[in-house]
Amino acid sequence: MTAITTTNGLVSPATSDRAAKVGLWASAVLSMAILLFIIGYIVIEGISVVNIPFLLGSPVLSGAKGGILPAIVGTICLMAVTLSSAVPIGVGAAIYLAEYASDSVATRTITFGVECLAGVPSIVIGLFGYAFLVIYLGFGFSILSGGLALMAMALPWIVRTSEEAIKAVPLTVREGSLALGATKWQTVSRVVLPSAIPGIVTGAILGVGKAIGEAAVLMFTAGSSLLMPSSLFDPVRALPYHIYILASEGISNPMAYGSSIVLLAMVLAINLGAIAIQAHYGRRYGRN
Amino acid sequence: MLAKTREKIIETVLFLSAATAITIVLLILIFLLKEGLPILMKVGVIDFCLGMTWNPIAIAGEPEYGIFPMIMGSIYVAIGSLILAVPLGLACAVFLAEIAPAWARFSLKHAIELLVGIPSVVLGFVGLVLLVPFVRDHFGGCGFSILAGSIVLAVMALPRIISVSDDAIRSVPRAYKEASLALGATHWYTIKKVILPSARSGIIAAVILAMGNSIGETMAVLMVVGSVACLPSPLYDVLDPVRPMTSNIAIEMSYATGDHAQALFATGIVLFVMVGMMTWLSHKVLKSKMGTAR
Amino acid sequence: MEGIEIESRSLNLWYESVHALKNVTLSMPKKKVTAVIGPSGCGKSTFIRCINRMNDLIKGCRVEGELLFEGRNVYDRDIDVVSLRKRIGMVFQKPNPFPMSVYDNVAYGPRLHGTRSSGELDKIVEESLKASALWDEVADVLNRSALDLSGGQQQRLCIARTLAVNPDVILFDEPCSALDPISTAKIEDLINTLKHDYTIIIVTHNMQQAARVSDFTAFFLLGEVIEFGKTKQIFEMPEKKSTEDYITGRFG
Repeated sequence: MTAITTTNGLVSPATSDRAAKVGLWASAVLSMAILLFIIGYIVIEGISVVNIPFLLGSPVLSGAKGGILPAIVGTICLMAVTLSSAVPIGVGAAIYLAEYASDSVATRTITFGVECLAGVPSIVIGLFGYAFLVIYLGFGFSILSGGLALMAMALPWIVRTSEEAIKAVPLTVREGSLALGATKWQTVSRVVLPSAIPGIVTGAILGVGKAIGEAAVLMFTAGSSLLMPSSLFDPVRALPYHIYILASEGISNPMAYGSSIVLLAMVLAINLGAIAIQAHYGRRYGRN
Repeated sequence: MLAKTREKIIETVLFLSAATAITIVLLILIFLLKEGLPILMKVGVIDFCLGMTWNPIAIAGEPEYGIFPMIMGSIYVAIGSLILAVPLGLACAVFLAEIAPAWARFSLKHAIELLVGIPSVVLGFVGLVLLVPFVRDHFGGCGFSILAGSIVLAVMALPRIISVSDDAIRSVPRAYKEASLALGATHWYTIKKVILPSARSGIIAAVILAMGNSIGETMAVLMVVGSVACLPSPLYDVLDPVRPMTSNIAIEMSYATGDHAQALFATGIVLFVMVGMMTWLSHKVLKSKMGTAR
Repeated sequence: MEGIEIESRSLNLWYESVHALKNVTLSMPKKKVTAVIGPSGCGKSTFIRCINRMNDLIKGCRVEGELLFEGRNVYDRDIDVVSLRKRIGMVFQKPNPFPMSVYDNVAYGPRLHGTRSSGELDKIVEESLKASALWDEVADVLNRSALDLSGGQQQRLCIARTLAVNPDVILFDEPCSALDPISTAKIEDLINTLKHDYTIIIVTHNMQQAARVSDFTAFFLLGEVIEFGKTKQIFEMPEKKSTEDYITGRFG
């Protein structure tokens, strides 16, 4: 190819094109490297700590030794509370928005509310959880307070993904149901929802996965007790907060690495679970 | 008749679910104001936001509640994170949308999703043990610094910027690209002069959103940014520690009482408003410039 | 009137400000096939969607005039749309089976309306599939997903689904336009069989199909009924010029 002088006269278009592509590849490699480095570093530093006594044991000396079972159990309990509150509300909201809402002030306010909630910083949710759930409603520092506060974080995500999944079901299928004499709710519950379930479940799992890492919320709502919780009203120190305390108060770096690995593993398992559901049930209707 | 009532009841229940989000937002506002408004009234909003001294537990003299250094702290680390993450993120997005072969797109996309999934405490922890000593040894200062905070926030912002910019670039109509290439332009020239300008609104919206997220981020930045509640001196010294608003709330809430606690809630209000403005702004940008991208 | 199943009297319909149906007056006989023909956009689909009130789903749609079924105006305030649609079924242009098994698709309607016992459902499913000439092809694979069937099979499944609720009238909205010629022929044969037991109204843009299948034909143009009568008469001795022009292919 003959080089044709460009306006800058120095570099031919072909050369700058190639240089640019090299640069772009480099940026992609750099981003990948950052990810691999972070995960690799944590795993290498902490893998020696992770063993059965660690996973199943209780913390000793404020977590400097021993295990992290209460934190793991606490995290799981929080997830359960969040899931059981966020999913019914979120899916209900999504059904309303996708199937029943008309273009009115009420609908626009509702959509605005969901977007707004999505943008609230986690620490503000934490403050709110403290003022409202812990103090005003009197739940105290507890799994209940923590789980409900996390629900506020997961809700917008669940509404969004569920709404998408529901809207992906084609109109013709709904028409088919209505033409057979079904009511709107019968159509939604018997035809639309079953088709949308894979998308909804994926969204719910991912939403909860995002929420469990939010130590800023748990700080003010779930408390920091290292004891094994025995009821919804007991305080609990979930994994993210535990990692924070171990690290910032200098209690034990190795334990912090180990806890980080466990937390990462949980998040990874959740994400993989969502992918697996997506792949298995496929998307009968939906974008490719 | 019974069936009709049942349908109506179901619709009402679903409506109430949908209204939950806005109800929560309203409750948040109400409770933040309930706790924080008294101190704002006492000190005055302007003095609160622009006051240079934060001294809530004054041993001698009057306690002072000025959060300007904290506001600036938040802004410093947020802008720092954008300076680092936007060029890299944009380059990756261009790579993903225009250059990457299928296998590369697949790996990078999933890598990004994984990066988003890393909880902020874990990033903060890695920052604490790796980044802080690194900054201290190679740049000076005590390590806890705006620089460290910016780097950690940049790692958090990177995947979000990549994702949204990737979507924005892919939604530029193929016709533009084809017309440019047909005129003899190289791929890179097309990207620079046609595709990126068309995707501008989406990219700007992504950046604004990332700024909002950085301002609102607590845990990651808390662990690496130190906790000195004053402006860096000199003002451009990125090696100085600062205390962003989020860190301030997180650190002091556990022992604050009375006016002090109220001041922290008031800080929460300022935070809520700032992040809210960013979110609103990014939506505005996305909607308004839609015309030019089509 | 005896022998008339569905009658429209001065039916007018607007989509927002567009006057889509103008003073449509038509009487469709019982247990006969009435074809509705006309060029694209003439209002034929709009018209039959009025009969089972599927147009209710469209925002900004306004109807005036009367559409009588069994002597009652279907647009009356105290008509229960859900019950109406049990009596008047519809088969759509593009086959729209539910993402469920073949069995569940056909059983959907009966289950909806209260039939629970699996013995009864089995019987209904088998009868409906036989009546829609699909039984032989799916008897062994009732539990397969309906989406695995071919286009023609899916459409016959949709017909079976409609038959399972035992309607009086079946509305066909261009049922073969998405199908290949062999499937089309099968469905036309089916319609010839079904008309002994059901009143059938079929919208089609295929004139030859109308001529083959129907007893009566209505010709629509720009939202108005231009001519209506016995199919043989419409096609051999049309009264209006525009009818003749359409049929001979001068436009359309």
